Amino acid sequence: MIKRIFIFMMLGLMAIIFFNLVANYTENTSLSKLAQYYVENGPQEIGAANLVTAVVVTYRGLDTLGEVTVLFISAAGVGLLLRRKKGKQNNNQQQNKSVKEVANIHKSSSEIVETATELLLPMIILFGVYVFLNGHLSPGGGFQGGAIIASGTMFLLLALPESHISRLLIAITESLSGFSYVIIGVLGMVMAGGFLDNRFISSGTYGNLFSAGAIPLIYTFIGLKVGFELSAVLDRFRKEINNEEDDPV
Amino acid sequence: MSIPVLTLLTIVLCGGILVGGLLAVLLDNMLSAVISAGLASLFASVVYVVLAAPDVAMTEASIGSGLTTMIFLYAIRKTQDKNASSVEEE
Repeated sequence: MIKRIFIFMMLGLMAIIFFNLVANYTENTSLSKLAQYYVENGPQEIGAANLVTAVVVTYRGLDTLGEVTVLFISAAGVGLLLRRKKGKQNNNQQQNKSVKEVANIHKSSSEIVETATELLLPMIILFGVYVFLNGHLSPGGGFQGGAIIASGTMFLLLALPESHISRLLIAITESLSGFSYVIIGVLGMVMAGGFLDNRFISSGTYGNLFSAGAIPLIYTFIGLKVGFELSAVLDRFRKEINNEEDDPV
Repeated sequence: MSIPVLTLLTIVLCGGILVGGLLAVLLDNMLSAVISAGLASLFASVVYVVLAAPDVAMTEASIGSGLTTMIFLYAIRKTQDKNASSVEEE
């Protein structure tokens, strides 16, 4: 009962907060000072056609590094919690049996799903690469491209549960791209204006694929890192379920 | 008084988010609850497109409605197996 009252109190407080937000809302007729600066000077300074990217990668590049770090820590946490316990084996035969039965029901995927996945998977991964390579020209970027690549992995794991993803490849790609991202940031500090400044590579023609300085490079590394990290998380979860049924007692 | 099409679309989509969220909380079947949570995310991503934030929409569509749903499904399968066997033991 007390729990219920507490919930309603929380809801009431939330309602008050949101009512104040909505009641005081007036639409801005002009950009704020900071946004004004970005819009006026962004294209000349950064050379990225997509202003969102210019803000995310350079003006607020440190925040993006923080986000990548948060994702890394969560992936590492999943790896730590779901690591394979070799010493501890499940002694409950009944449980293992029921797990196996459930797994067998869900495991077989139809011929159509398998073939469609084999056809679609390269295209999904190609689209992910396109999204992070064109991050400075069109909507999207490293995070989005990486997430699309990870959803390709998700398809693979769903349709072909037996497929094997090399953990060594994931580890090497992930750490190398994270390392290179920071190196590029430091290069920007040494050769241009500051940490993660993209102007140490020439800007190129505005609107071309190879323009906006180091942004395509940075986004490639972010995309690879995010894609492989999320794939690793999915793979860990998949292995965790497969382990249970593969361990004979 | 006529309502602009975009406003109407936004309202309908936000209604979809609300319904998806409510279903996710209220449904007893875990599988359906997870699917409706993913559906709420999907509606949210369309709202982001309508409100001119395609970057956020892409993230929401692939992570919110794709990967999160998948991880929840894995987690539910793992926990439900244990629950089922413990019920049997009793």
